[in-house]
Amino acid sequence: MTIALVFLAIILATLLGWLLKHTFNAAPWQMETVGDTAHHGPLGDDKSKLIALLTLLAVVSSFFALILSAYALRMDLGDWVPLTEPQLLWMNTAMLILASGVFQWTRNAAINKQHSRLLPGLLITGLLTLGFVLGQFVAWRQLQSSGQFITSNPSNAFFYFLTGAHAVHIIGGLIVWARATVKVILGKGDADGIRRSVELCTIYWHFLLIVWLVLFGLLLST
Amino acid sequence: MSYVAIADRDHEQEHHDPQTFITKYVWSQDHKVIAIQYGITAIFVGLIALGLSAIMRLQLGFPDQFTFINPENYYQFITMHGMIMVIYLLTALFLGGFGNYLIPLMIGSRDMVFPYLNMLSYWVYLLSVVILITSFFVPGGSTGAGWTLYPPQAIMPGTPGTDLGIILMLASLAVFIVAFTMGGLNYVTTVLQARCKGMTLMRMPLSVWGIFIATILGLLAFPALLVSAIMMLFDKTLMTSFFMPAISSMGVDPGYTGGSPILFQHLFWFFGHPEVYIVALPAFGIVSDLLSTHARKNIFGYRMMVWAIIAIGGLSFVVWAHHMYVSGMNPYFGFFFATTTLIIAVPTAIKVYNWVLTLWEGNIHLRVPMLFAIGFIFTFIHGGLTGLFLGNVTIDLPLSDTYFVVAHFHMVMGVSPVLVVFGAIYHWWPKITGKMYNETLGKWHFWMTFLGTYAIYLPMHYLGFAGVPRRYFSMGNTDFLPESAQDLNAAITMSALFVAATQILFFINMIWSLRKGPKSDPNPWDATTLEWQTPDHPPKHGNWGHDLPEVHRWAYDYSVPGYEDDFIPQNVPPDKAPAGRDHGGEH
Repeated sequence: MTIALVFLAIILATLLGWLLKHTFNAAPWQMETVGDTAHHGPLGDDKSKLIALLTLLAVVSSFFALILSAYALRMDLGDWVPLTEPQLLWMNTAMLILASGVFQWTRNAAINKQHSRLLPGLLITGLLTLGFVLGQFVAWRQLQSSGQFITSNPSNAFFYFLTGAHAVHIIGGLIVWARATVKVILGKGDADGIRRSVELCTIYWHFLLIVWLVLFGLLLST
Repeated sequence: MSYVAIADRDHEQEHHDPQTFITKYVWSQDHKVIAIQYGITAIFVGLIALGLSAIMRLQLGFPDQFTFINPENYYQFITMHGMIMVIYLLTALFLGGFGNYLIPLMIGSRDMVFPYLNMLSYWVYLLSVVILITSFFVPGGSTGAGWTLYPPQAIMPGTPGTDLGIILMLASLAVFIVAFTMGGLNYVTTVLQARCKGMTLMRMPLSVWGIFIATILGLLAFPALLVSAIMMLFDKTLMTSFFMPAISSMGVDPGYTGGSPILFQHLFWFFGHPEVYIVALPAFGIVSDLLSTHARKNIFGYRMMVWAIIAIGGLSFVVWAHHMYVSGMNPYFGFFFATTTLIIAVPTAIKVYNWVLTLWEGNIHLRVPMLFAIGFIFTFIHGGLTGLFLGNVTIDLPLSDTYFVVAHFHMVMGVSPVLVVFGAIYHWWPKITGKMYNETLGKWHFWMTFLGTYAIYLPMHYLGFAGVPRRYFSMGNTDFLPESAQDLNAAITMSALFVAATQILFFINMIWSLRKGPKSDPNPWDATTLEWQTPDHPPKHGNWGHDLPEVHRWAYDYSVPGYEDDFIPQNVPPDKAPAGRDHGGEH
């Protein structure tokens, strides 16, 4: 469980630092003028969405950190036979890196109001990401055709579980991506709303790329 | 029409408010309605779980007298009782119910920051409850694996409900976690982003602090349950061997290879122990506010209370394996986890001292919510002290499988939070409904429940010391147990049935109040927190009318010297009333 604990320690330390900054030496029983410390704008504004996304990313990280903990614990037991990962994963990884890069490019375009770059950026990102998901599926089929089923060995089971869980998160992102893209194609929705969607999606894509790189590194090295 | 943030509505607010019955009460995005939906659903399943416990007690008190209870369904009842009480009642009620109702009102917000997501959270929760209840009716019945669902027995033939029961249980948990995550993101973001002007973190009432930190614990801990549920589902349906060891079942090899049941226990308790505090921290917070309000005194050591909540939250992640001393794990782990477990007693004890010191020289009003709050201090101390026993490996080993443990955890996380739930409902009932309840009936409810639960759980400690094992359907003729143990069991059963029946008083009171209860004052307890200062009573959609409140002081300005009233609401500006200690001379 060390991996989960290290991850938690990082999250909790961040939280603790933030809380200390806001609460240390506060003497709430004393009357003092308090400036606009808190928010009083519309509900569900940009910053709220960003905070909600970051919280969600902490939850998802916790989820993957726990699977990795289980992976490390299960690996030490006698029946573990390392899996030879399909070479296709390298190509999938390249596609995901590219997708993340193009999303960043699209985000910059949205912020700088270069609307002509918006649609091509979104479409290329979507295609690359779909390519990644499809590639993962093909990698599964390759494994199965070589007789490497989910029950063959715990390392196989973890491979299918980890890649599957990651793909599900990507597909979740694609749903949000699809909503933004449809809005751009139909010309509906305000520019601000689309920029916000693109910004948040970009963060999510980068995050899932990092998760994938960690998973891929672990799968290769064990 | 897409949802318009309420704060954006300004003068047109009236036109945008939901008008039809459906949008107002069914598909509602109002945090108050969602809170009530959560509350009613949670209490409904809680009643089912209460009924199950009554049936179990019938068997334990009067073995084999009731033919409709057999060993199989006894285990199913145990399992469902535990799971429903811990997750579908307490977690949902404290966070989905009280969290939803109190957070926006107490911090001066119009609603949760994502009202649509909030609504979705409730409906997904309801779906998880429906899946759970469905499992009672599928072939083979619900799972009988115990609420901890330990493999291998949870999915092996011989345990009740290993066909569909366990699958539905795991699926229901996964759906619940999705619902909780949607709600949790809302609670955290709302506390961080939607506080009104002047509501600094350190001016928030402790109820909000408790709910806030508990939500963070839940968001980080529930993934452990999700991971273990998915992996067990794979072991069950796809025949993987994450948790399932090489095993022979009734002479047949089901095909599992060398998985680790202890791995499941680690994952389960990595969620399971924080879960205790996901339930306890909101209770801590709420009880602090009830004590302070009804003792007309500021909470003793507010900053200490906040930091104790945070410390308990952090520590709750490093004590999980104290549930596993008997699992055969490395003894050095036991040493480590015993130490951390005893350390967590320190911030917890600080909280207890501060509650008692809040009462010290307070102007105590023994109204119904206060009775429940003080009752909680008693039951929590008792349950907490037995926790110190069980936190030590050498004491835990012989007691772990006895009724001592049943007594301990029912005292500390059954009775204690439930007393707070009742106290909180009695406290906020006038705000939620605008009606008062019958005080005398409420007091009868308290005393019968409080004394009744002691009659149930105090004797269980003795049974545990005598060595009566838990989880058994029937003792039969066990040599080392005196016959009087059975008499005690019969007495416990009668107390349990009495306490269960007593709860009818609560429902009679509430239904009477709704139908014929007198109108309540907008602030019947003279409380300082914002939810009692709303322009409408009960608060309407959007909570604050045209202008958001502005906060000028903390939530505990009670009995401030030199001020005519014995309370100053948080939104009273400094030129109208002094601050707590500025005029009190106790710097």
